[in-house]
Amino acid sequence: MTNDRPISDAIDPELTAELTSHGDALTKVGIGLAAASIPVALGVLSRDAFGQAIPQQIRDVLNFALTLEYLEAEYYQKGLAASGLIPAQTRPIFQQISKHEDAHVALLKSVLGASAVAKPTFDFTSKGTFAPFTDYPTFLALSQGFEDTGVRAYKGQAAKLMENDAILTTALQIHSVEARHAAQVRRLRGPGNAMPDAWITLNQTNVPALQPVYNGEENVVQGGVDLTTISPLSREIITEAFDEPLTMEQVLAIAGLFLA
Amino acid sequence: MRNRTVTMPPQPAVQEDPSAGGRNSRREFIRRFTGGLFVAGVAGSMAGCDVLFGLPGGGADGDVVDLGSGDIGVLNYAYALEQLEAAFYSRVANNFYPGATDEEKRVLTDLRDHEVIHRDFLKAALGSQAIPALQVDFSQINFGSRNSVLGTARVFEDLGVSAYNGAGKLLMDPGYLLLAGKIVSVEARHASAIRDLIRPNSTYFAGDDVVDENGLDVARNPKDVLAMADPFIVTRVSAANLPTS
Repeated sequence: MTNDRPISDAIDPELTAELTSHGDALTKVGIGLAAASIPVALGVLSRDAFGQAIPQQIRDVLNFALTLEYLEAEYYQKGLAASGLIPAQTRPIFQQISKHEDAHVALLKSVLGASAVAKPTFDFTSKGTFAPFTDYPTFLALSQGFEDTGVRAYKGQAAKLMENDAILTTALQIHSVEARHAAQVRRLRGPGNAMPDAWITLNQTNVPALQPVYNGEENVVQGGVDLTTISPLSREIITEAFDEPLTMEQVLAIAGLFLA
Repeated sequence: MRNRTVTMPPQPAVQEDPSAGGRNSRREFIRRFTGGLFVAGVAGSMAGCDVLFGLPGGGADGDVVDLGSGDIGVLNYAYALEQLEAAFYSRVANNFYPGATDEEKRVLTDLRDHEVIHRDFLKAALGSQAIPALQVDFSQINFGSRNSVLGTARVFEDLGVSAYNGAGKLLMDPGYLLLAGKIVSVEARHASAIRDLIRPNSTYFAGDDVVDENGLDVARNPKDVLAMADPFIVTRVSAANLPTS
């Protein structure tokens, strides 16, 4: 074995066909089984199998999440349908994101069943402020805003899901996918667009209308610890290391910019 | 925009091989959390038990570091993983592999800084309940190889995401859950960026290998995560008292 071989081949079973029995078991537990069983568990809940509805607080959070996923799903569907908008080179990225947002909508609707909210009518121009489906840089800018908002939105609601382990875990599994999306879109926008990083520095954005998406990200106090007092690293870097939550009200105010 | 210097000086030392000075405090810690159950010798006989990881006999004195129970145990579990990541990127950024681009150096330096902050934060938050510094083993990693470094980074970041995703339900305190949430999305940003360096402009940043048909990322329980981290950690660690739901 050469040292040049990525270590991932040695310990990450999903990328190699040479599965050891140990690695195979890990794959099944870690990915296959866990991922496949959770929607089943949620499906049972949604069917009200024990004559007990999903608690109102959880239902409210899931409908809130569904509203955001509706927004994202429709945004990418329209972007991909707009001829000449997305360059061929980056099209697979947005097809992948679109696939995930569609899946999130389907999953949340299946959990909520009859109590799922209807899809709102969106105005992605925000009353004429933006032209995301004819201008690629604008499409990217709003995409970044929606993904970063999604990350902060799920984070802000997690505590309300604590009484239901399956739903909490599912929400966390969506949350990190939104963060993967956000990072990729941010990287597509830079360098050269003054926002090249996959992570959020202070409360910075180069889209003034989207400043509410980033307000509060400049926080440096975590768990009562002012990190500037324990770390020699800069305030900017400290803020990058933690993403901050948004409240439901803050998120709805942002989403409201894009409601018809 | 923050100003950047790609070739930043190395951060304050991240000890890949902590001095033996931690032995007494580690013993004390173990006694406190286990009533002295895990002493040298007893631990040795438990090698192979599924709650242990670390190479048999590889520890400085054969002691087992118990992560603890309840929320403190879960936070120590996170602290262990952040120690691993911080030590890895510190090695990487201390001497980049030949041919590393400015972009790669910038990303890897940022990752080092973020992971060092995560580590130092968790240590401060845990205070006297923090586990000691773990001894790591990176002998399997070729730090002179782009493939090896980025491949390992990818594994560590995806592993971290899955660990936090799986640990959320183990936490009882909503404040700790929020803190874990603040960190995990940054780990996911890291995973995405590393994957984009490996396969630019592809679907790999959120690939079908980590995001399933329901659009869900991976969640792993501590036992599976620690088994995957095992090749890189010399110190013997016990997750036996972590919550399971």
